Amino acid sequence: MWTWFFRLASPPHVYALAGKLGLWFLIPAFALLAVGTWGGLVLAPPDYQQGDAFRIIYVHVPSAYLSMLIYVTMALAGAIGLIWRMKLAHAVAASCAPIGASFTFAALVTGAVWGKPMWGTYWEWDPRLTSELILLFLYFGYMGLRSAYEDINQADRASAILAIAGVANVPIIHFSVIWWASLHQGPTLSKLGAPSISGAMLWPLLTMILAFTLYFLGVLALRVKGEVLAREFQSRWAEDVLRGISTAGSQ
Amino acid sequence: MALNVATGTSSRDAAAEPALGLLALFWVILARDLRVGLRRWTDASNSALFFILVVTLFPLALSPRAEQLRMIAPGVLWIAALLATLLSLQLLFRSDLEDGTLEQLLTLPYPLGWMLLAKTLAHWIITGMPVVLMAPILAITYQLPATALSVLTLSLLLGTPTLSLLGSIGAALTAGLRGAGVLLVFIVAPLMLPVLILGARATDLALAGEDPTGPLYLLGALLVLAVSLAPVVAAGAIRVSAD
Repeated sequence: MWTWFFRLASPPHVYALAGKLGLWFLIPAFALLAVGTWGGLVLAPPDYQQGDAFRIIYVHVPSAYLSMLIYVTMALAGAIGLIWRMKLAHAVAASCAPIGASFTFAALVTGAVWGKPMWGTYWEWDPRLTSELILLFLYFGYMGLRSAYEDINQADRASAILAIAGVANVPIIHFSVIWWASLHQGPTLSKLGAPSISGAMLWPLLTMILAFTLYFLGVLALRVKGEVLAREFQSRWAEDVLRGISTAGSQ
Repeated sequence: MALNVATGTSSRDAAAEPALGLLALFWVILARDLRVGLRRWTDASNSALFFILVVTLFPLALSPRAEQLRMIAPGVLWIAALLATLLSLQLLFRSDLEDGTLEQLLTLPYPLGWMLLAKTLAHWIITGMPVVLMAPILAITYQLPATALSVLTLSLLLGTPTLSLLGSIGAALTAGLRGAGVLLVFIVAPLMLPVLILGARATDLALAGEDPTGPLYLLGALLVLAVSLAPVVAAGAIRVSAD
């Protein structure tokens, strides 16, 4: 019953599995992405206040949601790796960071583009934008620490500790930023109350969130595949895989 | 039996009989670190001097008008305190790792987090306390009224130990790395933001004649959290660095 779990400790098995999982996640992700884009850009009616500008939420909200989900995933994977000394978990955590940083960046850029027509400026010291910017710094710190260590085991453990300390701090940072902003400015236009959004606008958003999540899982699987290969490059099976790639490339 | 942590000669004896109580151990490490820190007094005075320097730059770059200075004073003093802490953090574990003191501490049959708490406290006394003591004097040059002065000092007294404790995690993570200065700042600064926000805002509220107890209580709560959790995390990080 537990064989599938124990086989996760075998790098060649994980390598093959991650390759398959990547496709299984990415194909439905692209299908849903097409549906969600059609629904969001064509079928959904324009907002009575924001006009067509609101349509950026179909990229902005899933990116912002994933930027946080991925950080938590990364910290959880790091904790699993620390506690049960599971190398695969560390590989997953390491693979999460660049994806999470990209989504954070995407959320910031789409937020700024949205801010121009809504607030009149590209950047507003809005609590959510500020938290998101700090999250980007947390990702950079994590990746910087990883790359500073030469020894992969040290890098795994040190960055896992940092991710856990960061995740414990994220709520404190978030609430302090909200409190800070409440002293400085009135409520902004960014309120996007869940019940006030109409069904025709909501279903493409949910579709996009699902599509982005599947896309994240697919890219994560492909990154884990590469990460496992990079960690095992001296082993026999990795050599076979790499030789297979190079002969396939030369044909 | 004297526990000579600096040379580590008696660590094997200590392993045989953990005779020293936890509190006594705390004092031994605190006294040892204070003595070492004060002998390298240039390191110790650097962070206070840096603090003064940064605070001096702002009136020169902005304007020396009294009302404007008063307005920016809470933010400037808090940013300077944060930068001074960041600057001093690199020295927290570096020399102890290089001369082998940390490895000796690792072999002792005592909780590592507890020992790191003593080390961090010693570090704060040497680098953080001068900043807290200098702050009201510098704040007078920024024309800060007396009511805000006491709140500023109190907020720094509650906040800078939290900064040192959070910084100890980053210092422990980067202790074994060459040229980790900027990396340390990158890792630690985002975690310190809540303290900066609460501290500066408490002083701001006092300056505006409002009640600053709310953020001060929150600063106290963060200090309690940091005292209880940060040394444990730093201990885990030291074990990685000392590998």
